Amino acid sequence: MAAETAVDTAEEKVNAQIAGLDALEIQVKAKRNLPAALWGRVWPMFLAISIVLAIWEAVVLAEFWPEYVFAGPVTALGELGARLGEAEFWHAVATTMRRAVSGFLLAILVGVAVGAAVSRIKLLRAAFGSLITGLQTMPSIAWFPLAILLFGLTENAITFVVVLGAAPSIANGLITGVDYTPPILLRAGHVLGLRRLSLYRHLILPASLPSFLAGLKQGWAFAWRSLMAGEILVIIANQPSLGEQLHFARELADSARLLATMIVILLIGIVVDVLFGAADNALRRRWGLDQRIG
Amino acid sequence: MTAPTQELGHGRTEGPAPAVRLDAVSKVYGRGATSLLALDQVSLNAAQGEFVCLLGASGCGKSTMLNLVAGLDRPTAGTIETGGKQIAMMFQEPALFPWLTVTGNIELALRKLDRKKRKERAAELLDVVHLGGFAKKRPHELSGGMRQRVALARALAQEADILLMDEPFGALDAMTRDLLHDELERIWRERNLTILFVTHNVREAVRLGDRVVLLSSRPGTVIEDYTVDLERPRRTESPEVAKLAGEITVRLKEEVSRHGR
Repeated sequence: MAAETAVDTAEEKVNAQIAGLDALEIQVKAKRNLPAALWGRVWPMFLAISIVLAIWEAVVLAEFWPEYVFAGPVTALGELGARLGEAEFWHAVATTMRRAVSGFLLAILVGVAVGAAVSRIKLLRAAFGSLITGLQTMPSIAWFPLAILLFGLTENAITFVVVLGAAPSIANGLITGVDYTPPILLRAGHVLGLRRLSLYRHLILPASLPSFLAGLKQGWAFAWRSLMAGEILVIIANQPSLGEQLHFARELADSARLLATMIVILLIGIVVDVLFGAADNALRRRWGLDQRIG
Repeated sequence: MTAPTQELGHGRTEGPAPAVRLDAVSKVYGRGATSLLALDQVSLNAAQGEFVCLLGASGCGKSTMLNLVAGLDRPTAGTIETGGKQIAMMFQEPALFPWLTVTGNIELALRKLDRKKRKERAAELLDVVHLGGFAKKRPHELSGGMRQRVALARALAQEADILLMDEPFGALDAMTRDLLHDELERIWRERNLTILFVTHNVREAVRLGDRVVLLSSRPGTVIEDYTVDLERPRRTESPEVAKLAGEITVRLKEEVSRHGR
């Protein structure tokens, strides 16, 4: 009886020690002050925008070009404000975004299919591995003559080039992710009995997520560039789009309209980039990859 | 206390069939002139419920041995029998999946059970390693010792009869390691596990093992098989442990200095 109590207290002592060590070792995360953090990110942006506007205005005031060729920020932003009330403008934005999203989704399908096949099959990797990387470096505008020959001046020509622009990056992201699955996790997975399909589902696909996300982000950038090139080159009647508006603004020498459209294109690019950045940050926080030094 | 090499594996024939049996296992890496003989004719038995520590300097192929038993690698020659028993393994790193919570990591080893049973079982196992309150945390939010306990819980979740441990506490501080020794000993006793425990820490081996198997380096062969007849629970700092550890260290140093010549 006495011996049993002794064992009990010994075990309790161990438990208390373990609990104490755990409490000491677990990281205490400082709570962030949200408004301050937000302000800390916003004011440099305002600063950057003010500097850009100031330089722009300075160049206009220097009168290198006449006002109708290179409008100043006030005129351009005024034009932008006026256009926000026009149905045609929103129609153009809608068309462009529809093309961007559908082209990007198609590129994801193609990229994932190609990436999965190439990462899985050795022969395909040997055959197409470097070709995919090569395609990434090919300027997408170089595809347009061929696309127009194949599809005519249609939306299909644009989609074709958007997919070709984005898919290699997406495929490469997936391939890199699969390749860089940490070996120690693969060994642990093997011991846990993960094989073939379950290995992919439970280990390789989740492990390749950060790299895949980076591929998506890069793929989007390529898709967006390809789309703008395509919309300037392939003009479809009665279908206003942002690229088409750029084209006509130049034809009509409407500098304010041209610059206003460019600002819209830039803003859309930034917004999407911020969305990808947020997804990436959320992932890093979940995985514990965000612990900076110092 | 020591047994000559040629008698290895025959000392325990009176008991039931061994849980793990290595028979003249060799492992060669590479081919031709650059090939490396990692293991040379290693024969070793571990009885059901026995705690065997594999001890050796670098390059003695102790990790190779565990990989072979786990089926992560194939032997070049010889046979390994585990009688179809379930094998679990722990590594020096916790090797937890960072995209899963602590519970998620353990439930991955329980995926054959239905959802409700899985949850219950994972909660039980977390209590076993005293991490009941950390189920929803992610691995990076825990300390090294806590992560290694999650890895232990995950290994236990496999309902394994044989637990292979490859320097599992090597990267931990001394105090945490001491506590984990106590934990491991308790779990081993309660579950009648057969454990093959690789370490280069002599005291750790003596503290934990029923037997301490000393391996030579390059190529790895068994040079001594010590039976540790000390009463449990042992303390790493106790004089008895220190005495045997001292003896083994002398033998280990002899073996290491052989390579300097």
